[in-house]
Amino acid sequence: MNDHTIKAFDEEIGQLRGLIAQMGGLAEHAIAAAMEALRRHDLEGARAIVAGDRKIDALEMEVEALAVRIIALRAPLADDLREVVAALKIAGVVERIGDYAKNIAKRVPLIESHGEIEPLSVLPAMSALAVQMVHDALDAFAARDAEAAVEVCDRDRQVDDFYNSLFRVLVTHMMENPKTIGQVAQLLFVAKNLERVGDHATNIAEMIYFAATGTHMAERDRGPLPTT
Amino acid sequence: MTISNQAKIAAHHVNVWYGTKKAIDDVSLDFGSDQVTSLIGPSGCGKSTFLRTLNRMNDTIPSARVEGDITLDGEDIYAAHMDVVQLRARVGMVFQKPNPFPKSIFENVAYGPRIHGLAANKPQLAEIVEKSLRRAGLWDEVKDRLTESGTALSGGQQQRLCIARAIAVDPEVILMDEPCSALDPIATAKIEELIHELKGRYAIVIVTHNMQQAARVSQRTAFFHLGTLIEYGATSDIFTNPRQERTKDYITGRYG
Repeated sequence: MNDHTIKAFDEEIGQLRGLIAQMGGLAEHAIAAAMEALRRHDLEGARAIVAGDRKIDALEMEVEALAVRIIALRAPLADDLREVVAALKIAGVVERIGDYAKNIAKRVPLIESHGEIEPLSVLPAMSALAVQMVHDALDAFAARDAEAAVEVCDRDRQVDDFYNSLFRVLVTHMMENPKTIGQVAQLLFVAKNLERVGDHATNIAEMIYFAATGTHMAERDRGPLPTT
Repeated sequence: MTISNQAKIAAHHVNVWYGTKKAIDDVSLDFGSDQVTSLIGPSGCGKSTFLRTLNRMNDTIPSARVEGDITLDGEDIYAAHMDVVQLRARVGMVFQKPNPFPKSIFENVAYGPRIHGLAANKPQLAEIVEKSLRRAGLWDEVKDRLTESGTALSGGQQQRLCIARAIAVDPEVILMDEPCSALDPIATAKIEELIHELKGRYAIVIVTHNMQQAARVSQRTAFFHLGTLIEYGATSDIFTNPRQERTKDYITGRYG
């Protein structure tokens, strides 16, 4: 793509992309770190994640200010306009992903006898999958790659499947070990949060697809109704 | 590129030369009777030249030569029997720089109806003048000073006076060649509001360099480049999702 005649416009678009990439990196890291804190029952680490969420919130406001500034000063059109609007929306979604990481971190102190809950071994794999979706969605944004965005959406089913099977396993576990119900219920929330991260990555990918092509992604087969 | 079978003006395979230089290359474009159409493109792309073929303004340029068919309600406007004065009453024009006659405000508007014999008597003429000035959104500002010179008005008022003058002869089409480029933002907004008011009553074709203006006032947009028509479509599509790479480069400021 050619550069804009007004160089400052290109610089501002570049800044906007940089901010989104930075936010995405922090959010990805926060989810992975929250899961690691959960695994090791690392209360200190969990507190750091909760505190770190402020940085993501601050970046969201920066994106908002810059996007509004670009719209006001440059009056972007066509793909420029779609990209700026997408960046504005993506920032909101990434901020939500950061909130889920914070939410998981807040549950860390509530789940103590972690080693005894066998189904938990599946959670890191589910988390890795969801985080990878976020990562790939933001790569697709940087590259304006519509195909890569479609590929991210296709993976949402796997996260959903993970969640549905985990749900059954955790409920079974609670029935068999009533003493652990309090803690395992917390784990259910964690699993649900990860499932939502996958959904948000999918949303981001859909926005990228629209920004890149100007058309909406075809409706996907979303699989059977969720069990919750 | 046909938009419907009820085109007010239809241009088919139009070529225009200035001497040996080809300024318009095989352009076909239809204009709906109740729509505003914007012609956009970089300087020298031929959009004004094309606009001027629609009421034979190029006739006044000795070296200009027009080929192809241009019809108004199906009637060839370049036919030998076509009365050019009559044609320009039906297809009015507003220029970049407001050009009121050095006469009174009243006379500026009354001139056209008088030479075309549209009024039987003075009261009727006064009625046409008032109606035209009202429609051009200027009446309240000038009703107490109709005898003052048109050139004493502000630039924006002068431009609306020129629009009133065009309206006074009851045209079917109004051509506007960058009507706001010499006006301040408020005067520009008034003209845009006026275009909005006039839409539906006249077919309006506007040449503008202001992309946002084209996006705001028109329903259809045509993008010209180097004398050819690159893309023609719904304004909302052209400005959010153009099909052609050159259109996109131009409207997003990547041209050149």
